Amino acid sequence: MVEAEIIVIGGGPAGLSAAKAAASLGARVIVCERDELPGGQLVKQTHKFFGSEKQSAGERGIHIGEKLLKEVMENEKITLLTDATAIGIYEDGVVGILHRGSFVKYKPQRVVIATGASEKFLAFSGNDLPGIYGAGAVQTLMNVAGVKPAERVLMIGSGNIGLIVSYQLKQAGVEVAAVIEAAPKIGGYLVHASKIRRAGIPILTGWTIMEAYGDGQVEGAKICRLDDKWQPIPGTEQDVKCDVICLAVGLSPLTELCWQAECEMKFVRELSGHVPVTDKNLETTHKGIYAAGDVSGIEEASSAMVEGRLAGYAAAESLGYGQERAAALKEEARAELDELRAGPMGAKIRQGIETMESKGGKVYVNLDRYSR
Amino acid sequence: MRITEHPILEFKREEKLSFYYNGQPVEAYKGETVAAALHAAGVRKFGESAELRHPRGLFCAIGNCSSCFMTVDGEANVRVCVTHVREGMKVEEQKGKGDVWNG
Amino acid sequence: MLISTGIPAKEDLERVRPSAERLAKGPAAMVECFQEIPCNPCVAACARKAISMAGGINALPEVDFEKCTGCSICITRCPGLAIFVIDQNYSADFALVKIPFEYTPVPREGQYVQGLSRSGEELGWFRVNKVTSGGGRNMTNVIALETPKELSMEVRGIKVGGYRDGE
Repeated sequence: MVEAEIIVIGGGPAGLSAAKAAASLGARVIVCERDELPGGQLVKQTHKFFGSEKQSAGERGIHIGEKLLKEVMENEKITLLTDATAIGIYEDGVVGILHRGSFVKYKPQRVVIATGASEKFLAFSGNDLPGIYGAGAVQTLMNVAGVKPAERVLMIGSGNIGLIVSYQLKQAGVEVAAVIEAAPKIGGYLVHASKIRRAGIPILTGWTIMEAYGDGQVEGAKICRLDDKWQPIPGTEQDVKCDVICLAVGLSPLTELCWQAECEMKFVRELSGHVPVTDKNLETTHKGIYAAGDVSGIEEASSAMVEGRLAGYAAAESLGYGQERAAALKEEARAELDELRAGPMGAKIRQGIETMESKGGKVYVNLDRYSR
Repeated sequence: MRITEHPILEFKREEKLSFYYNGQPVEAYKGETVAAALHAAGVRKFGESAELRHPRGLFCAIGNCSSCFMTVDGEANVRVCVTHVREGMKVEEQKGKGDVWNG
Repeated sequence: MLISTGIPAKEDLERVRPSAERLAKGPAAMVECFQEIPCNPCVAACARKAISMAGGINALPEVDFEKCTGCSICITRCPGLAIFVIDQNYSADFALVKIPFEYTPVPREGQYVQGLSRSGEELGWFRVNKVTSGGGRNMTNVIALETPKELSMEVRGIKVGGYRDGE
């Protein structure tokens, strides 16, 4: 059994930010990351991030990740374990970690769960053919491994991930046949949409995929228009030749550890599924366990980093570290979250917070701050 | 196919090695995953599904979903999207549920 | 409609377009950002404080065309690649349109490239006047294209590859 002060589960934007924040107040932190390469999804984000200077806006995601990782690695208060999967949080407070093939038991005083999310799947005929990939998977192949993932891609979904990955595919020399979106409106930032549109990639709103076909792997797709009740309009079917169909249809929070630790969970559609109830310190109903980033509701990476900071400061403060500075630092992080969520693009997350409250979940945000 | 020219990224490829896919040698670079190396070699079908024996390939590429199970050095149900290539490794297409008892 | 196609509409563009009078005086930035997203690097990018966001980081950027000199620093600082600089006074027949570019291969100065509209249609072959690299970690190139004056409000992209060395 290894005693620990704080264990952060997940070495992505939220987890690394939590570790850095907690260590900055003096706490000792162990970060466990299941991959060999820490950084989570930041390692494949080649585009410049949005937000304000406080969240390093204007810098590319990969560079933000590199900087964060360097700071974490150089901090002697932080131990970063890679190839380390947290496989359980048990009733006696033990966290079991499978580290490079060996099972190690840790007994931490505080835990920050920052496990992120997984990509959603979509039901349509032929959806099990090789060549139907998550948008994140395509990013991993091309931006981490440097492998050209396809010759011609059909992108399903026009949220930020669908738009950004379409742009990145074009940067990698892959043709994008079209981005199709079932909703009548583009879901992601319009600057991303305009960027790919002027590169010649059509964005078809009100369209869906009916079928993928191919002999042993994807060779094409049948798509069709939807009416205002989301029903296929007969006679509008089109054939799209492509060798990869990329699904960018949303993410689901990876909450297994929250469930196992018996954190109180609520289903909040706007936060993309069951998420843990957290208080103004991002502490769950299981005392000593915090949740930050996509695990507590799907949002942008910039918000995940700020949430990580908030949880990290709070966890360290609760152990007696940084008593004189913690309150102000936490308030600063909360103000940044409020600012990031204040505009029309934050409406969904604000609605999620309201839904969480209406279901009896304790939330930390002052909704009055949003009235602009 | 591997990307050689990119506006933002530079791919530092380490030493070359070779492994076996269904008995055929495949070239790969140290540090890359089996899934990436197979994809670069044009292989997308990694196995066949348990019941209907449909061809299957990867989906998430980060170890979440188990779509990319293959048999590696006799061990079944290995997620090749998070398994790094090793010299001489024997990677085989997995037909249905792998044999976990006899390997 | 921008929200369903990604192509800005005439009305959208009218709101951000420098006036004809202003363009007659020299180069100016056209910030084609039409949605309130949490983003403000353009404000800090401008040394002359010509770009402002009065209502916080979710507000739309406003350009003070009296202060803007068309220096083009903001082009590579916009995460959305939504800023262009137009110089209507470049020559008797041609305007200069500066476009952010993040693809390979990057065209060379003096080469001819196909200019694209906001919907990706080919508008003709235009000479590359200058290529400026964003450098370091910025990595966004700015390509200055010589376009006929009447197309300076239309050309917003470059077709990747197939560049010609002469007209």
